[in-house]
Amino acid sequence: MDLTLSDEQRLLRESADRFVAETFTSDHRKKTANDPLGYSSAIWKQFAELGWLALPISEAHGGLGGGAIEVGLLMEAFGRGLVSEPFLSTVVIGAALVAECGTEAQQQAILPKVAEGALTLAFAHSERAARFDLAHVDTTATKTADGWRLSGSKIAVLDGAAANQIIVSARIANANGASGKLALFLVPAGTSGLTLRDYARLGGGRGCNLDLRNVQLPADALLGDGQDALPAIETVVDRAMAALGAEAVGIMQTLLDTTLEYTKIRKQFGRPLSANQVIRHRLADVAMQVDEARSMALRAALMANAEPVARGRAASGAKAKIGKCARFVAEQAVQLHGAMGVTEELDIGAYFKRLLTFDTLFGGSAHHYRRHAALSGRVHA
Amino acid sequence: MDLTFSAAERAFEQEVRDYIASSLTPEMKRATALTPSVFSDPDIGMAWQRALHKKGWGAPGWPVEHGGPDWTPAQRWIFEAECARAGVPNVNVMGVKMVGPVIIGFGSPEQQNFYLPRILSGEDYWCQGYSEPGSGSDLSSLKTRAVRDGDDYIINGTKIWTTHAHHANRMFALVRTSDGARQQDGISFILIDMKTPGITTRPILTIGGDHEVNQVFFDDVRVPVANRVGEEGKGWTYGKYLLEFERGSGIASAKLREALKTIADLAESDVTGRAIDDPDIAIRMSEAEVDIDALEMTELRVLSALQTGQNPGAVSSLIKLRVSEIRQAVTRLGVDVIGQDGLAVEAARPFYRLNHEPAIPEELLPVVPEYLNGRAYTIFGGSSEIQRDIIAKMVLGL
Repeated sequence: MDLTLSDEQRLLRESADRFVAETFTSDHRKKTANDPLGYSSAIWKQFAELGWLALPISEAHGGLGGGAIEVGLLMEAFGRGLVSEPFLSTVVIGAALVAECGTEAQQQAILPKVAEGALTLAFAHSERAARFDLAHVDTTATKTADGWRLSGSKIAVLDGAAANQIIVSARIANANGASGKLALFLVPAGTSGLTLRDYARLGGGRGCNLDLRNVQLPADALLGDGQDALPAIETVVDRAMAALGAEAVGIMQTLLDTTLEYTKIRKQFGRPLSANQVIRHRLADVAMQVDEARSMALRAALMANAEPVARGRAASGAKAKIGKCARFVAEQAVQLHGAMGVTEELDIGAYFKRLLTFDTLFGGSAHHYRRHAALSGRVHA
Repeated sequence: MDLTFSAAERAFEQEVRDYIASSLTPEMKRATALTPSVFSDPDIGMAWQRALHKKGWGAPGWPVEHGGPDWTPAQRWIFEAECARAGVPNVNVMGVKMVGPVIIGFGSPEQQNFYLPRILSGEDYWCQGYSEPGSGSDLSSLKTRAVRDGDDYIINGTKIWTTHAHHANRMFALVRTSDGARQQDGISFILIDMKTPGITTRPILTIGGDHEVNQVFFDDVRVPVANRVGEEGKGWTYGKYLLEFERGSGIASAKLREALKTIADLAESDVTGRAIDDPDIAIRMSEAEVDIDALEMTELRVLSALQTGQNPGAVSSLIKLRVSEIRQAVTRLGVDVIGQDGLAVEAARPFYRLNHEPAIPEELLPVVPEYLNGRAYTIFGGSSEIQRDIIAKMVLGL
């Protein structure tokens, strides 16, 4: 039992904190807000040079073989700077799906390129009718003479427009028309039949909705060799939620620090706001919830390789709890900044919006308490 | 980083489990399950203290030279967790966890030699004389006065919320020996024999129907000066030291998990008409479990810091606050789980020695009293409001 950081981990955290503090300033954020890419490719290159893109990729595939703890350290730093580079979509989700499902040849073709920053990925899975049910996929994949034909619609594809390849989930249509296994396909950007409706994402970065109309793909676009992809999707999404939890902790910590400072400086009725007990107690509650969120993010990371039920309970527990804490912390940060908190003139709003994104992605607190209860055998899913 | 315990720690866990299995009697276990107050009655609690002492485990937090088992923080964690899992009696903490550390830290060798063995063996039963009718959260405004008369102090005043004063043969108390510039000055820490003439005890029933706390009156009570711990007038420092123990003694998550499991078992049983089938109950069960998970991780973070010699800092206030809130959430869930059986009041105590057949199934008896008595969790040991003050000051630097 040891929850202290190793020397290497401490070093990683320090360098990430330093890089983020120097690079991801308020001005930088305003600049990238109108960028069609949603992030800076020059910084992405620096991420690669720092070894961050290689971090969780296996050493056999050009990576550093790090785990959820290391990813969490990076993500927490990213949260502090509201980083919008597609680390989650490319490395935490995309590369992990390839590692979980891909054949050795596919892994060799993709993972080293991700590690060196030469390839970006996105994951197109969610559908409007599914809400947050990972097993609900209506997009179909039909076997053709020389490959696959995909049709369907996806929503909330993070960083889809910037991705070189999009990993699309689809249900394989059997010959009799009945639906079969869930499968993942590698769809290169610009493939004919693919329509993207790109948007600026709440809290920074970009997202898109995706239509697939008879998208023709070669046989080797299928990731892996035909096993059902749902367990891999659940694994990767659980780990992504742990990573997002760490990012949320970084965001919340920044909101707490900023709000603390503000209440010390802002004077009303001849004294600082922080002299008022009602404010002090509110801040104590905010601090407590940040700490609880920190514990839950750490727990989800430590359980990232546990068996599926334990892993899922930890991930959903973390997602639910951190989501609840995030809303409270974000709303209180705005409240305690007074009218300034609801303007675009402070950074508070940007952090607020990114936390709202956290609580929305992959399902909010209510959904994940329900999943936790289902995995615990308390309710039927 | 790693959540698992070492092979040696696993072996220790097994040793603890085995010892508990061989020494915890079914009577103790049943009595504990049916006790809706904070501490077990002394016959149950002290029987368990004796069993622990026999094994050399009577005071896990004490240094070896005073009879502690020399455990690492991880071993203490494992011990507490196994005790919670097994449902061992809740030994009154006033001796081992409260006055013991103060005597070890600030007492004279004579005091240490006399009192510590009697705490370990369970021969002495302690209560705490801190709060007064006029001094609750503002504890240092206390007015009970000790006036020097030769080799004695003569004590006059009153203490309140004194847990198990009606069972205790000794009390440690904060009393005013002089008036200083600040109200924290001039307070002394005194050990009092409860049989001393002039002490009377009035029972106070709490809303759950239990007699656990009392008011204690002192009328010209003569106590030897030799019974003062440490320096005269420095009692506030010692008392605060002890309060840190009270707040930080918490490896509470294991107990909370057990409390939730008890409620969950009831909810899954026919005795509550399977309350768990109500999705609202099921979700709240998960919410409480996740809150306990978060608390456990925070406790483990503290443990990990302690193991590597780091100071966990003011996090104990944070933990105290969450423990009390989660405990209340669990007891409230219990009330909702048992539904209309919660209407029945059983006034007799203890529940494990009733002379009649109760109107509702026995295992439901403690649920409502636990909720009602449990309102005190956010009040004693520094109310939640005081804890928030402390967090603002110590954690946030405000």
